[in-house]
Amino acid sequence: MDLKELYQEIILDHGKNPRNKKRCKGFNKQAEGHNPLCGDKVHIFLKLNKEKKVEDISFEGEGCAISIASASIMTETIKGKEFNVAKKILENFLNMLKDGSKLKINSLSEDQNTTMKSLSGVKQFPMRVKCATLAWHTFMHAAEEKKQKANTEKAD
Amino acid sequence: MDIKSVKSQFPIFKNKINGKSLVYLDNANSSQKPERVIDRISKFYSKEFSNIGRSVHTLAVTATNRFEETRDLVKKYINAKSREEIIFTKNATEGMNLVASTYGEKFINKGDEILITELEHHANYVPWHFLRQKKGAVIKFAKCNDRGEVEIDEIKKLITNKTKIIGITHLSNVTGAILPVKKIVDLAQTKKIPVLVDGCQGAPHLKLDMQELGCDFYAMSCHKMYGPTGVGILYAKKQWVDQLPPYQGGGGMIEEVKKDNITFPGSPTKYEAGTLQTAEVVGFSESIRFIQDVGIKNIMQHEKEITEYGVQELKKNNSIKIIGDPKNRGSIISFTIKGIHPHDIATILDEDGVAIRAGHHCCQILHEKMGVTATARASLGVYNSKEDIDALSNAIKKCNTIFNK
Repeated sequence: MDLKELYQEIILDHGKNPRNKKRCKGFNKQAEGHNPLCGDKVHIFLKLNKEKKVEDISFEGEGCAISIASASIMTETIKGKEFNVAKKILENFLNMLKDGSKLKINSLSEDQNTTMKSLSGVKQFPMRVKCATLAWHTFMHAAEEKKQKANTEKAD
Repeated sequence: MDIKSVKSQFPIFKNKINGKSLVYLDNANSSQKPERVIDRISKFYSKEFSNIGRSVHTLAVTATNRFEETRDLVKKYINAKSREEIIFTKNATEGMNLVASTYGEKFINKGDEILITELEHHANYVPWHFLRQKKGAVIKFAKCNDRGEVEIDEIKKLITNKTKIIGITHLSNVTGAILPVKKIVDLAQTKKIPVLVDGCQGAPHLKLDMQELGCDFYAMSCHKMYGPTGVGILYAKKQWVDQLPPYQGGGGMIEEVKKDNITFPGSPTKYEAGTLQTAEVVGFSESIRFIQDVGIKNIMQHEKEITEYGVQELKKNNSIKIIGDPKNRGSIISFTIKGIHPHDIATILDEDGVAIRAGHHCCQILHEKMGVTATARASLGVYNSKEDIDALSNAIKKCNTIFNK
């Protein structure tokens, strides 16, 4: 375990100054996510246009540095992406935390790749993986208009 | 009290956590186990095990005797009047559910009031919520003050002629406040209202005397008392076990079963359905002996000293806010650090081998009132020392360094 890998500058920065932490204008989908064991909460606001492109995405919520940073990074990464691409990014992200697999997405800039990878240190802290995945699962709930809240205790 | 000799009885401290000595400050969650408890369970399975209360063979008799001896030991330890008042449950939560369910079934109806406090653990709220849903009962919350205490006047002013039961914690698992249980019980008795005490945090750290305290029900969690998991004890006054219905149905708790009727024996049998956690109950007898050998008064004195030192040390760090400031504090210190979420604190402390808990500690009502979603909590046990507090303070400084660089 290495704290330096977990609390990298990028994560601390996103945790302290989260991007897109607001209710974005014109959102047409939304979902709430909850980590019942530790109390982390996130609310995703998503504007998906007719061509199924993520025109805007934002979040509100409270939680630890990891969960806030992850939500912030997620919104930055998938904003402007086609939904199918966003879905792939999410799958890649979850796999990175699950088995350490490398990110394989062509559509990400080098910066975006580095930022996403900064969350890979969470893998060494199994109790904290749920903090990092909450916003991502909640994004899918919003996109697929699932009625129930995203819940890290039920998530795959 | 010779802390070194006490601590040496707990094998877990021989292990390194992340390469560091273990500083275990999560005792309100669960305590560690002395070797004699672990050995007792092992010996029971190796030499004495059989199911209890059913068969007539030698082992069944031995196992039954060991199990029932623990009941007698508990009875004596908490100064209950009779052994019928000692019911083994799977945990304190089950004890409180048992009371809510059986007392509720018989005595609580639509519009009746259940009086609990804002300090309660979910285990002393959710079971009453079920009753609220099922019977239309009303739950009232006695307010906790800024110090994190519930004053007797707050209880007094909520009592009405519809109040059917009062449920209070002995010692808050968040603010550490020790409630004036005896005074509350005295007040309740003048109105003939029974009192259930959640003794999860009280039992491991305070001297217990049921006859002196006078409460009607007292739920304990044995794994917080240096004992095995899977065992709880519900003390229930004889007058209640005699008139309340059984809780769960099954083997062992019946008197006679016919196709058209079933009769039940007295307590504790009628409340102990199915095969119980036999080895764990027997193992718990050694937890009590351990506490008796160290002496509960010595434990109380020691924990008070270390807790006071802890509060004093944490107060030196300006970024720390201690939650609550009770006049009478048990060995629990909950806190927040400006700009750092409790989960991040817990992870950073863990790297130094310092084990604390972060979260809402199953007290969401209280956290909402305090305007926080989570707190960090250091809770002490018999083996903690001033060095452990120093390790905590130093690890907290590391949090400040990581987050404020």
